Amino acid sequence: MAKNLKELSQKEGLLASGHRMCAGCGAPVVIKHVLMAAEDPVVVSCATGCLEVSTAIYPYTSWKTPFIHSAFENASATLSGIEAAYENMKKRGLTDKEIKFVAFGGDGGTYDIGLQSLSGAMERGHNMLYVCYDNGAYMNTGIQRSSATPKYADTTTSPAGKVIQGKQQFRKSLTDIMIAHNIPYVAQSVPSNWKDLHNKAAKAFKKGGPAFINTLSICPRGWRTDTEDGMLVTRLAVDTCFWPLYEVEDGVWKLTYKPKEKKPLVEFLKVQGRFKHLFKPGNEALIEELQEEVDRRWEELLIKCGEK
Amino acid sequence: MTGKQQKVSLSGNEAIATAMRQINPDVVAAYPITPSTEVPQYFSAFVANGQVDTDFVTVESEHSAMSATIGASAAGVRAMTATSANGLAYMWEVVYIAASMRLPIVMPVVNRALSGPLNIHCDHSDSMGAKDAGWIQLFSEDNQEVYDNIIQALRIAEHPDVSLPVMVMQDGFVTSHGLADMTILSDEDVKAFVGEKDYTGGLLDVDNPVSMGLMDLQPYYIKHKRQQVQAMENAKKVILDIAKEYEELTGRKYSYFEEYKMEDAEAAILVLNSTAGTAKYVVDLLREQGKKVGLIKLRLFRPFPGQELAQAIKKVKALAVMDRIDTFSTWGGPVFTEVRNACYGQVKDTEIVNYIYGLGGKDTDANDILSVYQDLMKIVETGKVDCYYQYLGIEE
Repeated sequence: MAKNLKELSQKEGLLASGHRMCAGCGAPVVIKHVLMAAEDPVVVSCATGCLEVSTAIYPYTSWKTPFIHSAFENASATLSGIEAAYENMKKRGLTDKEIKFVAFGGDGGTYDIGLQSLSGAMERGHNMLYVCYDNGAYMNTGIQRSSATPKYADTTTSPAGKVIQGKQQFRKSLTDIMIAHNIPYVAQSVPSNWKDLHNKAAKAFKKGGPAFINTLSICPRGWRTDTEDGMLVTRLAVDTCFWPLYEVEDGVWKLTYKPKEKKPLVEFLKVQGRFKHLFKPGNEALIEELQEEVDRRWEELLIKCGEK
Repeated sequence: MTGKQQKVSLSGNEAIATAMRQINPDVVAAYPITPSTEVPQYFSAFVANGQVDTDFVTVESEHSAMSATIGASAAGVRAMTATSANGLAYMWEVVYIAASMRLPIVMPVVNRALSGPLNIHCDHSDSMGAKDAGWIQLFSEDNQEVYDNIIQALRIAEHPDVSLPVMVMQDGFVTSHGLADMTILSDEDVKAFVGEKDYTGGLLDVDNPVSMGLMDLQPYYIKHKRQQVQAMENAKKVILDIAKEYEELTGRKYSYFEEYKMEDAEAAILVLNSTAGTAKYVVDLLREQGKKVGLIKLRLFRPFPGQELAQAIKKVKALAVMDRIDTFSTWGGPVFTEVRNACYGQVKDTEIVNYIYGLGGKDTDANDILSVYQDLMKIVETGKVDCYYQYLGIEE
């Protein structure tokens, strides 16, 4: 499963270059790695969002594999219909091809407006992988807060003001919600760890049945980071345990990466402009609060993964 | 009449489910909502008993029902769903997308009033609200017609000159839950009539990858909308051709609309769906009294057969257009405005009035219809119209 980079570099990418995603965006890296991990042809269903409007603009397409975009909240439901059509054709001997099915959505299209459609498709047991590129806000419409936005992040609908210091709620743990669906495979990964992402996608495709991979995908515009720092910042998210890498396969929890040294959260926060206000004098307690929450969740995860 | 036919007694919903069984679509995705719930219920029994080859997707909402149907149809297979009222409203967004993707989906809509207030009974606010979504819309008077329309709808939708989704309406409870004697075709004849599906060219054709549902900006969007209109234009001929073919098979005649005792009529009602049955009864009563009355029952609302309707309406002196929905424009219901628009410049000597009736399932009986004809006959007699837009059967 774990190939080397040289091998991967020889594989044809299914997302052509020349698309219009921003420089430094994590999403195309996620998409390319996930698609590269499939050994069979893949049909892609995509939620409305940055990815869709930057890769499929009539009369052009970046997709070298069958692709459909229908609406914002229904990438899962749309794909479930395609998968049902495939199962039907297979059952009736109209095709003998092995085909894989993958849906891509941002956090808005997955955590929020697409949650019902995703939950339904997973519960029904379709043979499909859903990959969320979670960049922590509605970036396509201009950085509005979502239920994936980290607490205290400055967004255009949760601005850091004189009285309110950014988003007031902790982020939703969608990965936990998907685990609660008791599907064969759920994982968290990042584009900065290509091997981790590749292996997880390959496993999800091989496993069969519904699978979900949540990836933290940097948005330099929304996170207010330098374009070239994307993967560094993503690594900090992992090394501070803000975004742990783990998987749950058939109910068994496994930590797939344990930082040698757990870095303080502040290292992840300080490189992002969206948390700039937290470093003003008097806001120290807010950073402490965020650190405590990360610690609490990390400890819980260690126990679940049998690391403690 | 070449088809083998069988006399049966079915409810309107059973008639739809039977037509679907005979069509044997590859994928059906549906969600329960009164009064169309029975359609997926009956159909799931066909699936469970191996009477169809369909993959039945029990989605978690109507939005997902239409989305999954879009996915399946885009994949290249035959896909259907069914819904009513709030279910149709909930799938609104994707109803438009199905049409713009030119997917030949057939969807029975069992007409029910839209909330609010909550009401489960018949009116046409659901499907009339979707009149501008780009779907072909066929209305059905009774169980026989809804069965016949579903089978024809599939051919219309999949015709290469059309390639548009089709909604087939019947009145909730009135016909959906009422048993009626009717005639069905043999399974073989339906299979032959609908023909083999061409499975090439969809998303599952992985050797020839296509991208669907692209962002369509200023230079293109309007052109694609114009193409949708062209498909609607094309549908008009296709609908008649398929009706003719269907008539050869069944002996039952279909067109854009039915003219009932219109030859020498001076006053007529134009109505959709089940109320046409009541109105025909009243026409017969009045004809016995020597009154020159008739009826136009509209089957096709999208595309709108304006030219043809104007020719039929021209023959009468007074016409009442019946709307089982109001638009709140205070200027009349959707059928009325379309009909009057079609008659502009075409029909000079006919007074056209509008009645809003039967909202939320309010019963419209023979006396109500009789009162409309009496109003019309007064208009014919005096040449005067007191009111162009009014509610029927309620105290004001």
